[in-house]
Amino acid sequence: MVPMEYYLVVSTIMMFVGMYGFFTRRNLLAMLISVELILNSVDINFVVFNRYLFPEQLEGFFFAMFAIGVSAAETAVAIAIIINIYRNIRNIQVKNLNEMKN
Amino acid sequence: MEYTLLILLLPFLSFLLLGITGMRMKPAVAGAIGTIVLGAVTLLSYLTAFLYFGGGRNEEGVYPALTPYNMEWLPFNGNLHIDLGILLDPISILMLVVISTVSLMVHIYSFGYMKGEKGFQRYYAFLSLFTFSMLGLVVATNIFQMYIFWELVGVSSYLLIGFYYTKPEAIAASKKAFIVTRFADLGFLIGILIYGYYTGTFSFQPGMEVIAGADGPTAAMTLLPASALRVLPVALGLMFVGGAGKSAMFPLHIWLPDAMEGPTPVSALIHAATMVVAGVYLVARMFPLFIGYAPEVLHWVAYIGAFTALYAAIVACVQSDIKRVLAFSTISQIGFMMVGLGVCTSMLPHEGGLGYMAGMFHLFTHAMFKALLFLGAGAIIHAVHSNEMSTMGGLRKYMPITHITFLIACLAISGIPPFSGFFSKDEILTAAFEFSPFIGWTMSFIAALTAFYMFRLYYCIFWGKENKELHTAHTPHEAPLSMTFPLMFLAAVTCVAGFIPFGEFVSSNGEAYVIHLNTQVAVTSVCIAIVSILIATCMYMRRKQTFADKLAHTFKTLHTAAYHRFYMDEIWLFVTKKIIFRCISTPIAWWDRHVIDQFFNFIAWGTDATADEIRNMQNGSIQSYCIWFLSGAVILTIMLLLI
Repeated sequence: MVPMEYYLVVSTIMMFVGMYGFFTRRNLLAMLISVELILNSVDINFVVFNRYLFPEQLEGFFFAMFAIGVSAAETAVAIAIIINIYRNIRNIQVKNLNEMKN
Repeated sequence: MEYTLLILLLPFLSFLLLGITGMRMKPAVAGAIGTIVLGAVTLLSYLTAFLYFGGGRNEEGVYPALTPYNMEWLPFNGNLHIDLGILLDPISILMLVVISTVSLMVHIYSFGYMKGEKGFQRYYAFLSLFTFSMLGLVVATNIFQMYIFWELVGVSSYLLIGFYYTKPEAIAASKKAFIVTRFADLGFLIGILIYGYYTGTFSFQPGMEVIAGADGPTAAMTLLPASALRVLPVALGLMFVGGAGKSAMFPLHIWLPDAMEGPTPVSALIHAATMVVAGVYLVARMFPLFIGYAPEVLHWVAYIGAFTALYAAIVACVQSDIKRVLAFSTISQIGFMMVGLGVCTSMLPHEGGLGYMAGMFHLFTHAMFKALLFLGAGAIIHAVHSNEMSTMGGLRKYMPITHITFLIACLAISGIPPFSGFFSKDEILTAAFEFSPFIGWTMSFIAALTAFYMFRLYYCIFWGKENKELHTAHTPHEAPLSMTFPLMFLAAVTCVAGFIPFGEFVSSNGEAYVIHLNTQVAVTSVCIAIVSILIATCMYMRRKQTFADKLAHTFKTLHTAAYHRFYMDEIWLFVTKKIIFRCISTPIAWWDRHVIDQFFNFIAWGTDATADEIRNMQNGSIQSYCIWFLSGAVILTIMLLLI
């Protein structure tokens, strides 16, 4: 059986890659993908802890399922927003979203 | 007598009505409202006087002071509080009658004089405001209420002097009047505060019941703490400074001649008959205190009054603007009243207290004949459209009524019997001679000057050389009835007022005093007056005034100096601009601009710069917020790990 630490290392790397991407990317789609990475790394943690620490219970699995559902909905909304932004300003760069500033 | 509250409220309501809705009324309607209200006030005042004096004396033989209405307005502590109320005693009743009569005459007169002026309604609103304030001043139950109305009077005077607000001279004159009197009122206010602090009351007569009953001030002195006795002369002196400002005593008189820029009826009402005697009234109000605690201050009042009277009489002899002559004559006559009050040495009318009665009597008669003179001057100005004597001359055939009434007033002010001025002036002279022959002879000399300059004025207006070209281009005509009626009324009052047994009603301690003429003084003063009038007749009645010109030429320096009012305005300008502004105001202004302002500028600049630096944190980008958030979380984690 694969030791638990392997999963945790993968999920940590995914978490920080996602964070890095969210902080540095100036493209809305790339930022959305980064957020998804963070969410997925958390899902992995839920599943892994449930599987290794409390094998007789199912809360971790259910929570992971729930989070996947929510993130799917969130992605749909975010993409709708991004499409609308694209229609308005013909690009999706964050630096151009300053219409309402000042 | 609760209805006396109406005497105050009616003019105030009329002021509110005319002030708020006046502009939507026809001018005649607004004027009629003001005049009818004033007529009601006059009737009420007469009724009050009738009832009060009809009520008889109490067992001590004096008319009791009544307070039909009194309300505690601002309590400070147990016994120090400011009241608003109505006090009726002989002098306040006297003032009620004088003010309402003259004010009513001026209201009627203004119908003719101000006809067609822009702001006719505003004018009547201000007249109502003035009447309200002046009536409130005289019926004040305590010194602080008096001060409140005192300032209100100053405001209404300011508004009325500046009535022609498009004329720069009128604006300058109104500002000057307001600032000079305010400056003097500073003294008044400090005096009131000292008085209130040390005696613990704002009422006019702390412990005075005792004085009136007992034999002299010593009985009352024990009632007041020793510290109060020490400062009372100072407080009374400071109050007199306020009175001197309003009553145009030297050297605070400079505003009164300029105040003649206002409409002439206003000059008659405010700057001749009522407001300018407020200072005299103040001294009369505080008279028992002056006598009891500060007789030396009272005598200073007399000296200042005498000097002012002399100065103003000399200046009046050479002025060429008829309203200015009258203004200086007013200053001089107020000086007479001050002398009358100031030469008193006791409360007893038969032993040194005669001057009180004489001063108040002169206030009464002077109000009538000086209002008459001003209204007559107004009629003349109305006819020739100028204040300068050179545009007049020979007007007697054009304006018979004005001529006769003006002559009566001139005779009255010169002190010719049987006109009213003779009686009151004579009492003042008698009182002055009793006090010191020097003051007495000075005042007699001033009385001679008075007769001289009044008849110079009279001859220059109604006789002398006629200004033919002006008068053929525009023939002078007699004024309408609305203007001549007040003239005739006041002339009638001037003829009979001297025979009023004035001492019956007003005297220093309230007991009846029968006026008896001091034959020696009376004969002397009449002779002096007649001689002066004859001199004036010789000099000014004929067409050519060779002798007057020659005199003016001989004493050229004196004549020029007097014409420029002995450069008092210039001296004041020098004192204010060169000394006060340069040595006090300029350094203060420098300190204000360079230290105080700079300090606050620095604070503002510091805040601004800091804000400028940290505003970049709030740039609206979620990503940078997240970075701050993350770094905070990292730092907290590290700290937790290390601890």
